[in-house]
Amino acid sequence: MASLDALIQRNAGSLGTLADAEHYHEPVMIDADDTEALLAGLQRMILIRVVEEKIGDMVSQGVVKCPCHLAIGQEAPAVGVASYVRQGDRVFGAHRSHSHFLALGGSPHGLLAEVQGKDTGVSRGMGGSMHLIDIPNGLYGTVPIVGATIPIAVGAGLAAKMDGNGAMAVSFFGDGATEEGVFHESMNLAALMKIPVLFVCENNFFSSHLHIALRQPDASVCRYAEAHRIEWARADGNDLAAVRAVTREAVAAIRAGDGPRFLELVTYRWRGHVGHREDEDVGVKRKDDLAVWKLRDPISRLAVALEDIGALNRQQLKQFWTEAHVVVEEAWATATHDGYPPAKALLSRVYSGTMANKQ
Amino acid sequence: MKKAAATTGYGAAIRDGFEHLLANHSEVFTIGQGLWSPWYVGNSMTDLDSQFGRERVIDTPVSELGCTGAALGAALCGYRPVVIHPRVDFMLLAVDQIVTQAAKWRSMFGGQVSAPITIRAIINRGGEQGAQHSQSLQSWFAHIPGLRVVMPSTPTDARDLLIASVLSDDPVLYLDDRWLYGLEEKLPPIQERNLADEGPRLTRTGPDLTMVGCSYSAHLCREAAARLSANGIECDVIDLRVLNPLDATLIISSVKKTGRLLAVDGDWRSCGMAAEVIASIAEALDPRVMRAAPRRVTLPDAPAPTSNPLERSYYPTVDYIVQRGLALVGAQQETFE
Repeated sequence: MASLDALIQRNAGSLGTLADAEHYHEPVMIDADDTEALLAGLQRMILIRVVEEKIGDMVSQGVVKCPCHLAIGQEAPAVGVASYVRQGDRVFGAHRSHSHFLALGGSPHGLLAEVQGKDTGVSRGMGGSMHLIDIPNGLYGTVPIVGATIPIAVGAGLAAKMDGNGAMAVSFFGDGATEEGVFHESMNLAALMKIPVLFVCENNFFSSHLHIALRQPDASVCRYAEAHRIEWARADGNDLAAVRAVTREAVAAIRAGDGPRFLELVTYRWRGHVGHREDEDVGVKRKDDLAVWKLRDPISRLAVALEDIGALNRQQLKQFWTEAHVVVEEAWATATHDGYPPAKALLSRVYSGTMANKQ
Repeated sequence: MKKAAATTGYGAAIRDGFEHLLANHSEVFTIGQGLWSPWYVGNSMTDLDSQFGRERVIDTPVSELGCTGAALGAALCGYRPVVIHPRVDFMLLAVDQIVTQAAKWRSMFGGQVSAPITIRAIINRGGEQGAQHSQSLQSWFAHIPGLRVVMPSTPTDARDLLIASVLSDDPVLYLDDRWLYGLEEKLPPIQERNLADEGPRLTRTGPDLTMVGCSYSAHLCREAAARLSANGIECDVIDLRVLNPLDATLIISSVKKTGRLLAVDGDWRSCGMAAEVIASIAEALDPRVMRAAPRRVTLPDAPAPTSNPLERSYYPTVDYIVQRGLALVGAQQETFE
C-alpha cells in the first residue's frame, strides 16, 4: 500500500507538518498564556484521560456494553474550548463527547452511571455513552448521528441572538461530519444570519475506519469555512495553549456580534473508532503511526512545559494523577451500586403532556 | 373585529392561529422556505412578516434539514419555533431532525428536557403534479413514538390545533391540506387547548356504519355520510384529528355500536393509518360484534400519476366512499336477512 502512504502525504495539503506524526513532540509554548488556567486545564485533561481509561477497561471486561467512543489523546480541544464557555452558552457534541462533558465540568459519577444505564446517569440511564446532557454546565446534548447537532447548535445560537444577551453556541464535530450535507447547510445559515456559533472541528484524520485521504481531496477542512465566508483558524489540537489562543480570539469576535467562527483543531485518537482497542477497526498505517502520534501527547507536552517554567513539580503532577484516580474509582463504585431506571420509564419519558403557560 | 356572521376559510383560519401565537407568545417564531411568498403557503401566512417582523417570520435558504435542525435547537433554548415545509415531499429531506432528533430528544435524555418544535407541512396534491409533489405520509410519521401528529379537517381545528401544537411541550407534526382551503365556517372564539387532551372526535352519529378519516378524508367522510343519509343509512363519522399518539376509544365504542367500519385515508394502503384504525378494533372487539368485515378506502399502492384520467382514479372521492358504504351495509343485509 505504498500508494496509500503517498496519497496520505499528498493529501496533507494545507495541514503541512500538523498532519505528520513526527512533528510537535516538544513541550508546548506557554509564554503568553495564563499559568493558572493551564494548570487547571492540565488537571481537567488528566481527569478525562483517567475516566476514559476506566471506561475502556470496563468495556474490555464486558461490564460496560453500550458503544463507547473514547477521546483518549483528544483531551485538549475539549478543555481549551470549554475554558471560554460561560454561563448561558449552549454546547453540543457528537459521538465522541465524554471529553466535552467532562471539560465543561460534568460529574464523573453522572457519566460513569450513564454508561452503565443507571437512573442516576446524566441522561437518567436512557442515553448511554452517546447521549449526554448537562444543561447546568452548558452541555445541551450529544448525539451519534454524524453532523446532526451542527444545525441544532446553529438554532441554539439563533436563540441566543434573539435573547440578545451575548451568549453563544458551540458545535463540536469531527472531520467526518464535514462530509455531511447538513454541515454545509448549517454553515451557510449561520453566516447568512450572523448567528453567534463557534464551529469546532476536531480533525483526527479518521472517520470510523477510513482515513481522510480516502474521503476528501485535502486533509484540511478550513476550506469549507472560506466557501461560506466564515473566518477560521487552525491549531495544533494537542497543544492546550494553542487551542486556547485560537478559541479566545474566535469567542471574542462572536460575542462582539461578528457572527460565526470556525476552528480546525488537528488531533489524533489513540483508541479505535468505538471500544477500548487501539487498532482494531482502522486501516493500514495506523499501527506504526500510533506510537509516534502518542509522542504528541497533549498532557505530557503541557506538563513538561509547566515544569520547565517552574509552575509545576513532579510531586504535584503525580498528585494530579492520584487525585483523578481516586475521584474516578469512587465515582465508579457509587455508580455500580446505583439503580436502573424503573420499568415505567420506557413510556413515561416519551411525552411531556404539558403545555406552555399563557404569558 | 370580524362581523359575527362572517365565515373564515381553512387557510385564513391557519393565519388566525399564527396571528394569535405571534401576538400573545413572544417565544414563538416561524421559519421556512417561502414564508414571504403566497406562492408557497397560500393565504395561510399572508402579511405576517410585515405585521410581526422578518426576525420572527423567517424565509430561508433551500435547506430543509438545516432549518429544521435550527428550529429544534431554538426549541431546546426556550423558544417555540414553527418550521414550515410548503410541501410534505420536501420535508422528507429533514427526516433525521424530525424522527431521529426531535422525536427522541426527551426520551433519550431521560425525560429531563422538552423539544417544543412544531413542524408544519402542507399536503399539496392534484393538478397533475405527479409522484414527487403529492405525498402526505402521515402513516410514516404516526409510527414514531415521541412525535405528535395532528391533521385538522375544519377551519376551527386548523386554527385551534395549530395553537395547541405550538403550545405543546412536545414535537408536533402538523399537516394541513390545500384541498381543504376552500372550506368555510364561522369560527368560535380562540381557546388555547392542551394538545395532550385532544383526540378523535365524533362529528356525526348514526347506528348503521362507522366511518373514520382524518384531514381531507374526514371531510370526504362527512360528505359521504350526508349522501348515505339520503339513502336511509345513518353513520357515525369520526375525525381522527390527532393521529399519534392515537386514542382509539371512540372508534372502538362506535364500532361496537354499528358493527361496521369503513376506514378512509388519503395515504397508501400498506401499513397505513387505515390499517391501524382497523387493527385497533380488531384487537379490542369480539368478532361477533361485527356485522361485516371492516374495509379500507385508501390511495392505491402506487406513486401519484400526472396523467389526468389516472389522477382522477387515484384519489378517493365521495362517490367511491358512498359506494363502499352501501356495499358494506348491503353485504350485511345479504348475509343476515
